[in-house]
Amino acid sequence: MALTKPIKSLWEIPREERFVGGHAACQGCGAALVLRHLTKVVGKDAIIVNATGCMEVISTLFPRTAWRNPWLHLAFENAGAAASGVEAALKALQRKGVLDKNRYIKVVAIAGDGGTFDIGLQSLSGMLERGHDVMYVVYDNEAYMNTGIQRSGATPYGAWTTTTPVGKKFRGEWRPKKDIVGIAYAHRIPYIATANPAYPIDMINKFVKAYNTRGPSLVHVLTPCTPGWRIPESKTIEVAKLAVQTGMWVLLEIENGKPKVTVKVRKRKPVREYLKMQGRFRHLTEEDIKKIQEMVDKYVEEINRWVGEEAIGPVEE
Amino acid sequence: MSTNQEEGFPERFLGKKYPETMEDLPIAAIVPWPGSTLDVTTHAWRTFRPVINQDKCVRCRLCWIYCPDGAILEVDEEYTTSTGKKYKVSFKVDYDHCKGCGICANECPVKAIEMVPEMK
Ligand SMILES: Cc1ncc(C[n+]2csc(CCOP(=O)(O)OP(=O)(O)O)c2C)c(N)n1
Ligand code: SF4
Ligand code: SF4
Ligand code: SF4
Ligand SMILES: [Mg+2]
Repeated sequence: MALTKPIKSLWEIPREERFVGGHAACQGCGAALVLRHLTKVVGKDAIIVNATGCMEVISTLFPRTAWRNPWLHLAFENAGAAASGVEAALKALQRKGVLDKNRYIKVVAIAGDGGTFDIGLQSLSGMLERGHDVMYVVYDNEAYMNTGIQRSGATPYGAWTTTTPVGKKFRGEWRPKKDIVGIAYAHRIPYIATANPAYPIDMINKFVKAYNTRGPSLVHVLTPCTPGWRIPESKTIEVAKLAVQTGMWVLLEIENGKPKVTVKVRKRKPVREYLKMQGRFRHLTEEDIKKIQEMVDKYVEEINRWVGEEAIGPVEE
Repeated sequence: MSTNQEEGFPERFLGKKYPETMEDLPIAAIVPWPGSTLDVTTHAWRTFRPVINQDKCVRCRLCWIYCPDGAILEVDEEYTTSTGKKYKVSFKVDYDHCKGCGICANECPVKAIEMVPEMK
């Protein structure tokens, strides 16, 4: 059974596992944790459409699967298109009486940041534009991790990756992170949210809302990656939490065009605390950190203006 | 096309039989065994193992929530602590699927989980 109502307590999370252990994700993988909770929310009547990337590769080493749901493996670029097709097929089968009309089957697309921000962007845009009833979950580990840590449009400013190296000329990624929520917002879809596994109730309730949306929804989840971010395996949740506490990651929700911050942060921690925990930012100088702090300050200001209140407060050392 | 008439076809196609040889493999890379990675053990990945102190544990559920491998089991097992506190559930480690990441120990609010070296 899908979780159809928002939860108030951690004890309301279903015990049943639908994305099981024995998969091949690295120790402490944030994305695998998110899938565990996502499948608990959507329950058995959901068809998962998964673009290639870590979560596809680690969950389905042939002939086994970690999924307990119908699941489709896709190319890197077409999660949006394939999910649209599955949803249209379900509708046709229900119209023709092959499938029970009263049974609600959700189509859930899952793709990484590379598969969403970059190569799958036009396929996602088409899906959003046509208004398919698909819940799209992008797990953002901020690089192409499955192929060995190449930068993507989601890689944050300053981060080391194998294609944004650190040397005399380059100091990691020199372009800012692409705004996927803004892109989704421009499509005027009914539900968009950002989520973070260190805030499980907030994350689960966003999955519940996306599930209950009739039409396209997008949930953008930050998922720390232990080898890619160069963090100890035990620190996944700690780092994810710091992303929110520093204002690097704002927990947002845009319901029918109306934006809201769902987890307010009265006093922000300096971004240094988030950056210093991760090897991918190890090379940053005090000046670089200052620049990132300014970028985050500006972002927070924009968000506060957008939601019409001081949802994220000032930095306090 | 004689595939449909082949002996053992439904088993192969519907996957009632787990593949032992090439011939058993399902057609078109269909995987009809939901949740079958549970057959794979990942205990050899560990250098440290989490050990839960049942007496210290306050049953907050956080380790269960944060484990990426579903390797914390929530079981309906009653437990009475040395100070007389009664609990209806207990949390145990599934050592077959735990990879030893240590998230559970790092997040436990009362430090009831210790990471113990697998080998001395
Ligand atoms: C067209 C195409 N180009 C390249 C690849 C190789 N490839 C597979 S997964 C992947 C990276 C996926 O990155 P992302 O979507 O961020 O997911 P992650 O691996 O980080 O989970 C790449 C480049 C591919 N499968 N198809
Ligand atoms: S590389 Fe990162 S995202 Fe991929 S399985 Fe490992 S921890 Fe997870
Ligand atoms: S060490 Fe990691 S894999 Fe093992 S039970 Fe704890 S959180 Fe799960
Ligand atoms: S996190 Fe610690 S206190 Fe909470 S249930 Fe797990 S072992 Fe018990
Ligand atoms: Mg990625």
